[in-house]
Amino acid sequence: MRLTFVSKILAFSFLFLSAGVFAKESPEAQGDSPEGIKAEINAFIEHHLQDSHDFNLYSYTDEAGEMHHVGFPLPVILWDNGLKVFSSSKFHHGETVAEVDGNHYMLYHSKIYKTNAQGELTFDEEHHPTNAKPLDFSISKSVFMMLVTGLLLFWIFSSLARSYARHGAVPKGIGRFFEPIVLYIRDDIAIANIGEKKYKKYMPFLLTVFFFIWFLNMFGLTPLGVNVTGNIAVTTALAVLVFLLTTFTGTKDYWKHIFDPLGDGMPWFGKIIIYIILVPIEILGIFIKPFALLIRLYANMTAGHVVLMSLIGLIFIFKSWVGGPLSFGLSFAISLIEVLVALLQAYIFTMLSALYFGFASEEHDHGHEHEEDAELAHL
Amino acid sequence: MDKLINEFSAGLFFWQIILFILLLLLLRKFAWKPILKAVEQREEGIRNALAAAEDAKKEMQNVTADSEKLLQEARAEREAMLKEAREIKEKMIADAKAQAQAEGEKIVAQAQQSIEGEKKAAIADIKSQVAELSVEIAEKVLRDQLSDKNKQLKLVDQLVSDIKLR
Repeated sequence: MRLTFVSKILAFSFLFLSAGVFAKESPEAQGDSPEGIKAEINAFIEHHLQDSHDFNLYSYTDEAGEMHHVGFPLPVILWDNGLKVFSSSKFHHGETVAEVDGNHYMLYHSKIYKTNAQGELTFDEEHHPTNAKPLDFSISKSVFMMLVTGLLLFWIFSSLARSYARHGAVPKGIGRFFEPIVLYIRDDIAIANIGEKKYKKYMPFLLTVFFFIWFLNMFGLTPLGVNVTGNIAVTTALAVLVFLLTTFTGTKDYWKHIFDPLGDGMPWFGKIIIYIILVPIEILGIFIKPFALLIRLYANMTAGHVVLMSLIGLIFIFKSWVGGPLSFGLSFAISLIEVLVALLQAYIFTMLSALYFGFASEEHDHGHEHEEDAELAHL
Repeated sequence: MDKLINEFSAGLFFWQIILFILLLLLLRKFAWKPILKAVEQREEGIRNALAAAEDAKKEMQNVTADSEKLLQEARAEREAMLKEAREIKEKMIADAKAQAQAEGEKIVAQAQQSIEGEKKAAIADIKSQVAELSVEIAEKVLRDQLSDKNKQLKLVDQLVSDIKLR
Protein backbone atom coordinates (compact mmCIF):
# COMPACT_ATOMS: atom_id res chain seq x y z
CA MET A 1 0.00 0.00 0.00
CA ARG A 2 2.54 2.56 -1.02
CA LEU A 3 -0.35 4.82 -2.00
CA THR A 4 -1.13 5.41 1.62
CA PHE A 5 2.27 6.84 2.17
CA VAL A 6 2.01 9.04 -0.88
CA SER A 7 -1.43 10.34 -0.06
CA LYS A 8 -0.45 11.18 3.49
CA ILE A 9 2.58 13.05 2.30
CA LEU A 10 0.48 14.84 -0.27
CA ALA A 11 -2.03 15.93 2.21
CA PHE A 12 0.64 17.12 4.59
CA SER A 13 2.12 19.62 2.23
CA PHE A 14 2.14 20.33 -1.44
CA LEU A 15 5.86 20.87 -1.35
CA PHE A 16 6.17 17.14 -1.32
CA LEU A 17 4.38 16.85 -4.61
CA SER A 18 7.38 16.20 -6.74
CA ALA A 19 9.08 13.59 -8.76
CA GLY A 20 10.67 12.25 -5.64
CA VAL A 21 7.49 10.45 -4.73
CA PHE A 22 7.18 8.89 -8.13
CA ALA A 23 10.80 7.89 -8.20
CA LYS A 24 10.24 5.68 -5.20
CA GLU A 25 7.57 3.76 -6.94
CA SER A 26 8.59 0.22 -7.62
CA PRO A 27 6.62 -2.45 -9.40
CA GLU A 28 4.61 -4.50 -6.99
CA ALA A 29 2.64 -7.69 -7.28
CA GLN A 30 -0.06 -6.02 -9.31
CA GLY A 31 2.44 -4.50 -11.65
CA ASP A 32 2.39 -1.23 -13.47
CA SER A 33 -0.62 -1.89 -15.63
CA PRO A 34 -3.24 0.87 -15.37
CA GLU A 35 -5.93 -1.70 -14.48
CA GLY A 36 -3.81 -2.97 -11.63
CA ILE A 37 -3.29 0.53 -10.28
CA LYS A 38 -7.00 1.33 -10.67
CA ALA A 39 -7.96 -1.77 -8.79
CA GLU A 40 -5.45 -0.92 -6.12
CA ILE A 41 -6.78 2.64 -5.81
CA ASN A 42 -10.32 1.30 -5.57
CA ALA A 43 -9.32 -1.12 -2.86
CA PHE A 44 -7.46 1.57 -1.06
CA ILE A 45 -10.38 4.00 -1.12
CA GLU A 46 -12.72 1.28 0.05
CA HIS A 47 -10.35 0.41 2.81
CA HIS A 48 -10.04 4.03 3.83
CA LEU A 49 -13.79 4.51 4.05
CA GLN A 50 -14.07 1.61 6.44
CA ASP A 51 -13.37 1.53 10.10
CA SER A 52 -10.25 -0.36 11.14
CA HIS A 53 -8.95 -2.06 14.24
CA ASP A 54 -5.58 -0.35 14.33
CA PHE A 55 -4.52 3.23 13.87
CA ASN A 56 -2.44 3.16 10.75
CA LEU A 57 -0.57 6.37 9.97
CA TYR A 58 1.04 5.10 6.80
CA SER A 59 2.37 1.94 5.22
CA TYR A 60 5.17 1.33 2.79
CA THR A 61 6.98 -1.46 1.04
CA ASP A 62 10.69 -1.67 1.61
CA GLU A 63 13.41 -2.71 -0.85
CA ALA A 64 12.86 -6.34 -0.06
CA GLY A 65 9.20 -6.09 -0.98
CA GLU A 66 8.09 -6.40 2.63
CA MET A 67 5.15 -4.31 3.89
CA HIS A 68 5.67 -2.06 6.86
CA HIS A 69 2.87 -0.35 8.74
CA VAL A 70 3.54 2.68 10.87
CA GLY A 71 0.93 3.35 13.51
CA PHE A 72 -0.30 1.86 16.73
CA PRO A 73 -2.61 -1.00 17.59
CA LEU A 74 -5.96 -0.46 19.35
CA PRO A 75 -7.72 -2.75 21.81
CA VAL A 76 -10.09 -5.34 20.41
CA ILE A 77 -13.10 -6.14 22.59
CA LEU A 78 -15.21 -9.10 21.53
CA TRP A 79 -18.24 -10.75 23.05
CA ASP A 80 -18.02 -14.39 22.09
CA ASN A 81 -19.34 -16.49 24.97
CA GLY A 82 -17.56 -14.17 27.34
CA LEU A 83 -15.58 -11.00 27.03
CA LYS A 84 -12.38 -11.23 25.01
CA VAL A 85 -10.00 -8.31 25.15
CA PHE A 86 -6.73 -8.25 23.26
CA SER A 87 -4.54 -5.94 21.24
CA SER A 88 -5.20 -5.63 17.54
CA SER A 89 -1.49 -6.16 16.97
CA LYS A 90 -2.30 -9.86 17.20
CA PHE A 91 -3.88 -9.67 13.75
CA HIS A 92 -0.73 -8.19 12.22
CA HIS A 93 -2.88 -6.02 9.97
CA GLY A 94 -5.02 -8.91 8.91
CA GLU A 95 -2.12 -11.10 7.94
CA THR A 96 -2.27 -13.57 10.80
CA VAL A 97 -4.84 -15.38 12.88
CA ALA A 98 -5.30 -14.10 16.41
CA GLU A 99 -5.66 -16.78 19.01
CA VAL A 100 -7.42 -15.84 22.25
CA ASP A 101 -8.50 -18.34 24.92
CA GLY A 102 -8.51 -21.13 22.39
CA ASN A 103 -10.66 -19.20 19.90
CA HIS A 104 -9.27 -18.06 16.56
CA TYR A 105 -10.19 -14.80 14.89
CA MET A 106 -9.34 -13.44 11.51
CA LEU A 107 -9.69 -9.96 9.99
CA TYR A 108 -11.34 -9.75 6.60
CA HIS A 109 -12.20 -6.33 5.12
CA SER A 110 -11.91 -4.75 8.56
CA LYS A 111 -14.38 -7.18 10.07
CA ILE A 112 -13.55 -9.86 12.61
CA TYR A 113 -14.61 -13.43 11.85
CA LYS A 114 -14.28 -16.53 13.93
CA THR A 115 -12.17 -19.12 12.14
CA ASN A 116 -10.31 -22.33 12.74
CA ALA A 117 -6.65 -22.38 13.74
CA GLN A 118 -5.53 -21.96 10.13
CA GLY A 119 -7.68 -18.83 9.66
CA GLU A 120 -9.66 -20.30 6.78
CA LEU A 121 -12.68 -18.33 5.66
CA THR A 122 -15.54 -19.84 3.70
CA PHE A 123 -17.41 -17.68 1.24
CA ASP A 124 -20.89 -17.78 -0.22
CA GLU A 125 -21.58 -17.18 -3.91
CA GLU A 126 -21.59 -13.36 -3.39
CA HIS A 127 -18.15 -13.60 -1.85
CA HIS A 128 -19.40 -12.78 1.66
CA PRO A 129 -17.71 -14.81 4.38
CA THR A 130 -20.06 -17.30 6.01
CA ASN A 131 -17.99 -17.61 9.19
CA ALA A 132 -19.52 -16.59 12.51
CA LYS A 133 -19.05 -12.95 13.49
CA PRO A 134 -18.54 -12.33 17.21
CA LEU A 135 -20.07 -9.14 18.65
CA ASP A 136 -17.39 -6.56 18.12
CA PHE A 137 -17.14 -3.76 20.66
CA SER A 138 -13.57 -2.90 19.80
CA ILE A 139 -12.07 0.51 20.36
CA SER A 140 -11.64 0.87 16.64
CA LYS A 141 -10.05 3.78 14.81
CA SER A 142 -13.41 5.56 14.66
CA VAL A 143 -14.11 5.01 18.34
CA PHE A 144 -10.61 6.20 19.11
CA MET A 145 -11.16 9.34 17.06
CA MET A 146 -14.49 9.93 18.79
CA LEU A 147 -12.73 9.73 22.12
CA VAL A 148 -10.07 12.16 20.94
CA THR A 149 -12.72 14.54 19.58
CA GLY A 150 -14.73 14.24 22.75
CA LEU A 151 -11.73 15.08 24.89
CA LEU A 152 -10.83 17.96 22.59
CA LEU A 153 -14.36 19.35 22.72
CA PHE A 154 -14.46 18.94 26.45
CA TRP A 155 -11.14 20.69 26.85
CA ILE A 156 -12.04 23.59 24.54
CA PHE A 157 -15.49 24.28 25.91
CA SER A 158 -14.85 23.68 29.58
CA SER A 159 -11.91 26.09 29.31
CA LEU A 160 -14.21 28.56 27.58
CA ALA A 161 -16.71 28.14 30.40
CA ARG A 162 -13.96 28.66 32.97
CA SER A 163 -12.61 31.71 31.16
CA TYR A 164 -15.94 33.45 31.77
CA ALA A 165 -15.55 32.92 35.46
CA ARG A 166 -11.97 34.12 35.40
CA HIS A 167 -12.12 37.10 33.07
CA GLY A 168 -15.62 38.29 33.74
CA ALA A 169 -17.94 38.12 30.79
CA VAL A 170 -15.25 38.31 28.14
CA PRO A 171 -13.99 35.10 26.52
CA LYS A 172 -10.25 34.68 26.09
CA GLY A 173 -8.11 32.84 23.59
CA ILE A 174 -9.77 30.14 21.52
CA GLY A 175 -13.11 30.93 23.11
CA ARG A 176 -13.20 34.15 21.10
CA PHE A 177 -13.49 32.03 18.00
CA PHE A 178 -16.02 29.55 19.36
CA GLU A 179 -18.27 31.87 21.31
CA PRO A 180 -19.85 33.48 18.24
CA ILE A 181 -20.57 30.01 16.86
CA VAL A 182 -22.26 29.00 20.11
CA LEU A 183 -24.29 32.20 19.97
CA TYR A 184 -25.16 31.60 16.32
CA ILE A 185 -26.47 28.14 17.16
CA ARG A 186 -28.48 29.58 20.00
CA ASP A 187 -29.93 32.57 18.15
CA ASP A 188 -30.26 31.43 14.56
CA ILE A 189 -30.75 27.71 14.93
CA ALA A 190 -32.33 26.96 18.30
CA ILE A 191 -34.39 30.08 18.97
CA ALA A 192 -35.33 30.49 15.32
CA ASN A 193 -36.67 26.95 14.98
CA ILE A 194 -37.77 25.92 18.47
CA GLY A 195 -38.84 29.22 19.89
CA GLU A 196 -37.86 31.40 22.79
CA LYS A 197 -39.76 29.36 25.36
CA LYS A 198 -38.45 25.84 24.87
CA TYR A 199 -35.10 26.10 23.15
CA LYS A 200 -33.08 25.80 26.35
CA LYS A 201 -33.94 22.15 26.79
CA TYR A 202 -32.41 21.28 23.41
CA MET A 203 -29.39 23.56 23.49
CA PRO A 204 -26.89 21.03 24.94
CA PHE A 205 -27.79 18.46 22.32
CA LEU A 206 -27.67 20.91 19.42
CA LEU A 207 -24.34 22.37 20.49
CA THR A 208 -22.79 18.99 21.13
CA VAL A 209 -24.00 17.48 17.87
CA PHE A 210 -22.85 20.49 15.86
CA PHE A 211 -19.34 20.60 17.24
CA PHE A 212 -19.03 16.82 17.31
CA ILE A 213 -19.93 16.48 13.64
CA TRP A 214 -17.92 19.51 12.60
CA PHE A 215 -14.78 18.42 14.41
CA LEU A 216 -15.02 14.86 13.12
CA ASN A 217 -15.65 16.14 9.61
CA MET A 218 -12.53 18.28 9.91
CA PHE A 219 -10.51 15.38 11.28
CA GLY A 220 -11.63 13.45 8.22
CA LEU A 221 -9.79 15.99 6.09
CA THR A 222 -6.54 15.70 8.00
CA PRO A 223 -3.86 13.28 6.92
CA LEU A 224 -4.94 11.01 9.76
CA GLY A 225 -7.47 9.78 7.23
CA VAL A 226 -10.32 9.00 9.57
CA ASN A 227 -13.79 8.77 8.14
CA VAL A 228 -15.99 8.79 11.23
CA THR A 229 -18.94 10.90 10.09
CA GLY A 230 -18.88 9.01 6.80
CA ASN A 231 -19.64 5.83 8.69
CA ILE A 232 -23.23 4.68 8.57
CA ALA A 233 -23.20 3.38 12.16
CA VAL A 234 -22.12 6.77 13.49
CA THR A 235 -24.69 8.76 11.57
CA THR A 236 -27.36 6.20 12.49
CA ALA A 237 -26.52 6.61 16.15
CA LEU A 238 -26.85 10.38 15.87
CA ALA A 239 -30.12 10.12 13.97
CA VAL A 240 -31.47 7.64 16.54
CA LEU A 241 -30.73 10.16 19.28
CA VAL A 242 -32.54 12.86 17.32
CA PHE A 243 -35.47 10.49 16.82
CA LEU A 244 -35.63 9.59 20.51
CA LEU A 245 -35.41 13.21 21.59
CA THR A 246 -38.12 14.23 19.14
CA THR A 247 -40.39 11.38 20.15
CA PHE A 248 -40.01 11.71 23.89
CA THR A 249 -40.23 15.48 24.04
CA GLY A 250 -43.20 15.57 21.66
CA THR A 251 -46.14 17.57 22.98
CA LYS A 252 -49.79 16.68 22.72
CA ASP A 253 -50.08 18.95 19.71
CA TYR A 254 -47.27 17.11 17.97
CA TRP A 255 -49.00 13.75 18.28
CA LYS A 256 -52.36 15.26 17.49
CA HIS A 257 -50.85 16.63 14.32
CA ILE A 258 -49.70 13.17 13.33
CA PHE A 259 -52.89 11.27 14.10
CA ASP A 260 -55.40 14.03 13.46
CA PRO A 261 -53.69 16.42 11.07
CA LEU A 262 -56.85 18.18 9.89
CA GLY A 263 -58.19 18.83 13.36
CA ASP A 264 -61.62 20.41 13.41
CA GLY A 265 -61.36 21.56 9.85
CA MET A 266 -63.49 18.72 8.51
CA PRO A 267 -66.36 16.47 9.65
CA TRP A 268 -65.40 12.96 10.77
CA PHE A 269 -66.78 11.13 7.72
CA GLY A 270 -64.69 13.32 5.44
CA LYS A 271 -61.61 12.76 7.56
CA ILE A 272 -61.80 8.98 7.44
CA ILE A 273 -61.27 8.84 3.69
CA ILE A 274 -58.32 11.21 3.78
CA TYR A 275 -56.79 9.77 6.93
CA ILE A 276 -56.43 6.32 5.39
CA ILE A 277 -53.68 7.89 3.29
CA LEU A 278 -52.62 10.85 5.41
CA VAL A 279 -52.03 9.23 8.78
CA PRO A 280 -49.70 6.50 7.48
CA ILE A 281 -47.74 9.20 5.66
CA GLU A 282 -47.47 11.23 8.85
CA ILE A 283 -46.35 8.17 10.80
CA LEU A 284 -43.80 7.32 8.13
CA GLY A 285 -42.64 10.91 8.33
CA ILE A 286 -41.59 10.43 11.95
CA PHE A 287 -39.05 7.86 10.78
CA ILE A 288 -38.16 9.38 7.44
CA LYS A 289 -37.01 12.63 8.99
CA PRO A 290 -34.16 11.14 11.05
CA PHE A 291 -33.46 8.65 8.27
CA ALA A 292 -32.90 11.52 5.86
CA LEU A 293 -30.55 13.03 8.42
CA LEU A 294 -28.41 9.93 8.69
CA ILE A 295 -28.24 9.30 4.95
CA ARG A 296 -27.46 12.93 4.15
CA LEU A 297 -24.51 13.14 6.48
CA TYR A 298 -23.19 9.71 5.57
CA ALA A 299 -23.52 10.26 1.81
CA ASN A 300 -22.00 13.73 1.84
CA MET A 301 -18.97 12.81 3.87
CA THR A 302 -18.37 9.53 2.05
CA ALA A 303 -18.75 11.20 -1.33
CA GLY A 304 -16.30 13.89 -0.34
CA HIS A 305 -13.71 11.33 0.71
CA VAL A 306 -14.20 9.27 -2.42
CA VAL A 307 -13.84 12.28 -4.72
CA LEU A 308 -10.80 13.57 -2.88
CA MET A 309 -9.03 10.24 -2.84
CA SER A 310 -9.92 9.46 -6.42
CA LEU A 311 -8.35 12.72 -7.48
CA ILE A 312 -5.23 11.91 -5.51
CA GLY A 313 -5.32 8.44 -7.11
CA LEU A 314 -5.40 10.03 -10.55
CA ILE A 315 -1.82 11.10 -10.02
CA PHE A 316 -0.78 7.47 -10.12
CA ILE A 317 -2.80 6.78 -13.20
CA PHE A 318 -1.50 9.79 -15.14
CA LYS A 319 2.08 9.38 -13.98
CA SER A 320 3.19 12.44 -15.82
CA TRP A 321 4.53 15.88 -15.06
CA VAL A 322 1.29 17.36 -16.35
CA GLY A 323 -1.24 15.01 -14.84
CA GLY A 324 0.32 14.95 -11.41
CA PRO A 325 0.17 18.67 -10.70
CA LEU A 326 -3.22 18.86 -12.41
CA SER A 327 -4.65 16.16 -10.17
CA PHE A 328 -3.02 17.78 -7.24
CA GLY A 329 -4.56 21.15 -8.09
CA LEU A 330 -7.97 19.56 -8.44
CA SER A 331 -7.69 17.65 -5.20
CA PHE A 332 -6.51 20.80 -3.47
CA ALA A 333 -9.55 22.69 -4.73
CA ILE A 334 -11.83 19.85 -3.65
CA SER A 335 -10.15 19.87 -0.24
CA LEU A 336 -11.08 23.51 0.16
CA ILE A 337 -14.66 22.72 -0.82
CA GLU A 338 -14.62 19.83 1.63
CA VAL A 339 -13.64 22.21 4.42
CA LEU A 340 -16.79 24.14 3.61
CA VAL A 341 -18.85 20.94 3.31
CA ALA A 342 -17.58 19.82 6.72
CA LEU A 343 -19.06 22.94 8.29
CA LEU A 344 -22.13 22.91 6.09
CA GLN A 345 -23.09 19.33 6.92
CA ALA A 346 -22.67 19.94 10.63
CA TYR A 347 -24.85 23.03 10.22
CA ILE A 348 -27.51 21.20 8.22
CA PHE A 349 -27.67 18.32 10.69
CA THR A 350 -28.03 20.72 13.61
CA MET A 351 -30.47 22.95 11.76
CA LEU A 352 -32.77 20.07 10.79
CA SER A 353 -32.56 18.53 14.25
CA ALA A 354 -33.64 21.88 15.66
CA LEU A 355 -36.46 22.02 13.12
CA TYR A 356 -37.72 18.58 14.19
CA PHE A 357 -37.43 19.53 17.85
CA GLY A 358 -39.38 22.64 16.99
CA PHE A 359 -42.20 20.52 15.55
CA ALA A 360 -42.10 18.22 18.56
CA SER A 361 -42.33 21.01 21.08
CA GLU A 362 -44.93 23.04 19.24
CA GLU A 363 -47.84 23.99 21.45
CA HIS A 364 -50.28 25.65 19.10
CA ASP A 365 -51.61 25.11 15.63
CA HIS A 366 -49.81 27.58 13.44
CA GLY A 367 -46.74 26.34 11.64
CA HIS A 368 -48.38 23.32 10.07
CA GLU A 369 -47.65 24.67 6.68
CA HIS A 370 -43.96 24.76 7.51
CA GLU A 371 -44.01 21.17 8.55
CA GLU A 372 -45.74 20.14 5.37
CA ASP A 373 -43.15 21.98 3.32
CA ALA A 374 -40.29 20.43 5.23
CA GLU A 375 -41.74 16.99 4.76
CA LEU A 376 -42.20 17.47 1.07
CA ALA A 377 -38.62 18.62 0.84
CA HIS A 378 -37.44 15.42 2.44
CA LEU A 379 -39.68 13.01 0.63
CA MET B 1 -28.41 -0.76 0.51
CA ASP B 2 -27.08 -4.27 0.97
CA LYS B 3 -23.60 -2.84 1.20
CA LEU B 4 -24.75 -0.26 3.72
CA ILE B 5 -26.28 -2.88 5.97
CA ASN B 6 -23.19 -5.01 5.59
CA GLU B 7 -21.03 -2.06 6.48
CA PHE B 8 -23.07 -1.25 9.59
CA SER B 9 -21.04 -2.01 12.67
CA ALA B 10 -23.07 -2.68 15.81
CA GLY B 11 -20.00 -2.08 17.97
CA LEU B 12 -19.38 1.33 16.50
CA PHE B 13 -23.06 2.17 16.89
CA PHE B 14 -22.90 1.09 20.51
CA TRP B 15 -19.81 3.17 21.22
CA GLN B 16 -21.15 6.16 19.38
CA ILE B 17 -24.35 6.16 21.44
CA ILE B 18 -22.48 5.67 24.72
CA LEU B 19 -19.72 8.16 23.99
CA PHE B 20 -22.04 10.76 22.56
CA ILE B 21 -24.42 10.66 25.51
CA LEU B 22 -21.47 10.77 27.88
CA LEU B 23 -20.00 13.72 26.00
CA LEU B 24 -23.40 15.39 25.94
CA LEU B 25 -23.83 15.05 29.70
CA LEU B 26 -20.28 16.15 30.48
CA LEU B 27 -20.40 19.13 28.15
CA ARG B 28 -23.82 20.08 29.42
CA LYS B 29 -22.58 20.19 32.99
CA PHE B 30 -19.11 21.65 32.46
CA ALA B 31 -19.46 23.70 29.31
CA TRP B 32 -22.83 24.53 27.80
CA LYS B 33 -24.65 25.50 30.97
CA PRO B 34 -21.89 27.78 32.33
CA ILE B 35 -21.25 29.24 28.86
CA LEU B 36 -24.89 29.97 28.12
CA LYS B 37 -25.41 31.30 31.62
CA ALA B 38 -22.39 33.58 31.35
CA VAL B 39 -23.50 34.80 27.94
CA GLU B 40 -27.02 35.43 29.17
CA GLN B 41 -25.72 37.28 32.18
CA ARG B 42 -23.54 39.36 29.92
CA GLU B 43 -26.44 40.14 27.62
CA GLU B 44 -28.56 40.99 30.62
CA GLY B 45 -25.74 43.24 31.81
CA ILE B 46 -25.55 44.96 28.45
CA ARG B 47 -29.30 45.47 28.40
CA ASN B 48 -29.23 46.88 31.91
CA ALA B 49 -26.30 49.13 31.11
CA LEU B 50 -28.08 50.47 28.06
CA ALA B 51 -31.23 51.09 30.06
CA ALA B 52 -29.20 52.78 32.77
CA ALA B 53 -27.49 54.98 30.18
CA GLU B 54 -30.89 55.89 28.78
CA ASP B 55 -32.14 56.72 32.26
CA ALA B 56 -29.06 58.78 32.97
CA LYS B 57 -29.62 60.66 29.74
CA LYS B 58 -33.19 61.40 30.71
CA GLU B 59 -32.10 62.43 34.18
CA MET B 60 -29.51 64.69 32.64
CA GLN B 61 -32.15 66.26 30.43
CA ASN B 62 -34.37 66.75 33.46
CA VAL B 63 -31.54 68.34 35.36
CA THR B 64 -30.74 70.66 32.48
CA ALA B 65 -34.39 71.59 32.18
CA ASP B 66 -34.57 72.17 35.91
CA SER B 67 -31.53 74.38 35.98
CA GLU B 68 -32.84 76.28 33.01
CA LYS B 69 -36.07 76.79 34.87
CA LEU B 70 -34.24 77.88 38.00
CA LEU B 71 -32.16 80.31 36.02
CA GLN B 72 -35.24 81.78 34.45
CA GLU B 73 -36.92 82.09 37.79
CA ALA B 74 -33.89 83.81 39.26
CA ARG B 75 -33.80 86.16 36.33
CA ALA B 76 -37.47 86.99 36.74
CA GLU B 77 -36.98 87.52 40.43
CA ARG B 78 -34.09 89.87 39.86
CA GLU B 79 -36.16 91.74 37.35
CA ALA B 80 -39.00 92.02 39.82
CA MET B 81 -36.68 93.16 42.58
CA LEU B 82 -35.12 95.80 40.40
CA LYS B 83 -38.52 97.02 39.38
CA GLU B 84 -39.66 97.16 42.95
CA ALA B 85 -36.53 99.06 43.98
CA ARG B 86 -37.10 101.53 41.22
CA GLU B 87 -40.68 102.01 42.27
CA ILE B 88 -39.66 102.50 45.86
CA LYS B 89 -37.07 105.03 44.84
CA GLU B 90 -39.55 106.95 42.75
CA LYS B 91 -42.09 106.84 45.49
CA MET B 92 -39.57 108.05 48.00
CA ILE B 93 -38.56 110.90 45.78
CA ALA B 94 -42.18 111.80 45.17
CA ASP B 95 -42.99 111.59 48.85
CA ALA B 96 -40.02 113.74 49.74
CA LYS B 97 -41.04 116.25 47.17
CA ALA B 98 -44.60 116.35 48.43
CA GLN B 99 -43.45 116.67 52.00
CA ALA B 100 -41.05 119.44 51.15
CA GLN B 101 -43.71 121.27 49.30
CA ALA B 102 -46.17 120.92 52.17
CA GLU B 103 -43.53 122.08 54.60
CA GLY B 104 -42.70 125.04 52.40
CA GLU B 105 -46.31 125.93 52.04
CA LYS B 106 -46.75 125.68 55.75
CA ILE B 107 -43.76 127.94 56.33
CA VAL B 108 -45.00 130.38 53.76
CA ALA B 109 -48.47 130.33 55.38
CA GLN B 110 -46.96 130.91 58.79
CA ALA B 111 -44.89 133.72 57.41
CA GLN B 112 -47.89 135.26 55.78
CA GLN B 113 -49.83 134.88 58.98
CA SER B 114 -47.16 136.57 61.05
CA ILE B 115 -46.80 139.27 58.43
CA GLU B 116 -50.54 139.76 58.59
CA GLY B 117 -50.35 139.99 62.44
CA GLU B 118 -47.49 142.45 62.26
CA LYS B 119 -49.39 144.43 59.68
CA LYS B 120 -52.47 144.48 61.85
CA ALA B 121 -50.45 145.45 64.93
CA ALA B 122 -48.72 148.16 62.93
CA ILE B 123 -52.02 149.46 61.61
CA ALA B 124 -53.48 149.43 65.13
CA ASP B 125 -50.44 151.25 66.40
CA ILE B 126 -50.69 153.76 63.60
CA LYS B 127 -54.38 154.22 64.35
CA SER B 128 -53.76 154.89 68.05
CA GLN B 129 -50.90 157.26 67.23
CA VAL B 130 -53.09 158.99 64.67
CA ALA B 131 -55.84 159.37 67.37
CA GLU B 132 -53.36 160.69 69.89
CA LEU B 133 -51.95 163.05 67.35
CA SER B 134 -55.44 164.12 66.31
CA VAL B 135 -56.39 164.79 69.93
CA GLU B 136 -53.17 166.67 70.44
CA ILE B 137 -53.83 168.67 67.30
CA ALA B 138 -57.37 169.24 68.28
CA GLU B 139 -56.25 170.38 71.75
CA LYS B 140 -53.78 172.72 70.18
CA VAL B 141 -56.41 174.01 67.77
CA LEU B 142 -58.93 174.40 70.53
CA ARG B 143 -56.45 176.12 72.82
CA ASP B 144 -55.62 178.37 70.04
CA GLN B 145 -59.25 179.13 69.14
CA LEU B 146 -60.40 179.57 72.76
CA SER B 147 -57.87 182.15 73.57
CA ASP B 148 -60.35 185.08 73.26
CA LYS B 149 -63.78 185.31 74.89
CA ASN B 150 -65.77 185.87 71.85
CA LYS B 151 -64.68 182.85 70.17
CA GLN B 152 -65.45 180.92 73.33
CA LEU B 153 -68.92 182.33 73.50
CA LYS B 154 -69.56 181.75 69.84
CA LEU B 155 -68.58 178.18 70.25
CA VAL B 156 -70.75 177.77 73.20
CA ASP B 157 -73.56 179.20 71.29
CA GLN B 158 -72.97 176.98 68.42
CA LEU B 159 -72.82 173.98 70.70
CA VAL B 160 -75.90 175.04 72.50
CA SER B 161 -77.69 175.47 69.22
CA ASP B 162 -76.63 171.93 68.25
CA ILE B 163 -78.18 170.63 71.32
CA LYS B 164 -81.79 170.76 70.47
CA LEU B 165 -84.10 169.78 73.18
CA ARG B 166 -86.10 166.91 72.23
